[in-house]
Amino acid sequence: MTTALFSVASVVAVVASVVVVVSRRIVHAALWLVLALGAVAGCFGALQAEFVALVQILVYVGAIVVLVLFALMLTKAPTNPLPELTTRRSPFAAVVAAVLALILGTGVVLAFGNEKVKPVTDGSATTIGTQIFKNWVLPFEVLSVLLLAALIGAIALSQRSDSAQRSDSAQRKKED
Amino acid sequence: MPLVLPLLLAVVLFCIGVYGVLARRNVITMLMSFELMLNAVNLNLVAFDAWRVDEATGQTLAIFVITLAAAEIGLGLAIVLLLFRGHGHVDADAARDLEEAS
Repeated sequence: MTTALFSVASVVAVVASVVVVVSRRIVHAALWLVLALGAVAGCFGALQAEFVALVQILVYVGAIVVLVLFALMLTKAPTNPLPELTTRRSPFAAVVAAVLALILGTGVVLAFGNEKVKPVTDGSATTIGTQIFKNWVLPFEVLSVLLLAALIGAIALSQRSDSAQRSDSAQRKKED
Repeated sequence: MPLVLPLLLAVVLFCIGVYGVLARRNVITMLMSFELMLNAVNLNLVAFDAWRVDEATGQTLAIFVITLAAAEIGLGLAIVLLLFRGHGHVDADAARDLEEAS
């Protein structure tokens, strides 16, 4: 049962992510990303990791895709199909990706070909909360500092250019 | 469920992400491909966690990776917006200089 669920979700994830990287309409690519990430969340659910699946939907689909759409809006991304969205070296990129998939896939099959996943793992919020606050407290705190740093960095990046522009225009006025 | 199934899905997703990073020109689509690659890593973590019946270590690490991805995309999009303001485009191939265009 879980295997069937997982297979359906993985087919959806693969198809949606292929569309994400080959679509010529950039907004469509962002919207297909929603489907791809949602299908990966379904895969987490089939692996009994329900808390990770919910966090995936909350953070990825709820926040990251919205951020990407905002960025597309702010950079005036056109909604019509753009043939130049993919570079001329895309066949080379496809070869690199295919070779990498071949190597990694062979390694994975050789190493873990006969292993089975037992469908009794526990992925509830209680387990993960206990784990975080018992064994992973220091990484958790470091991660919160990292988030703060990312926040301040993003604000500083957007502020700096404003003040730089302002000082530029002020200088220009002075020169005039 | 065989363990190879999630691992192979992770391999395929990672390679689709690699293709996207190498072949795309718009920086925002490259960031989307990065997200696909990070998802493949998360899938690996969760699959191995389900394989070794442990105290959800892999799932905890997957949560950490999701948080890191949120921080990464926030900073990355701030840099992309800075690039757009300075140069008027978000083309990774055309952005050859690091200084701000005046």
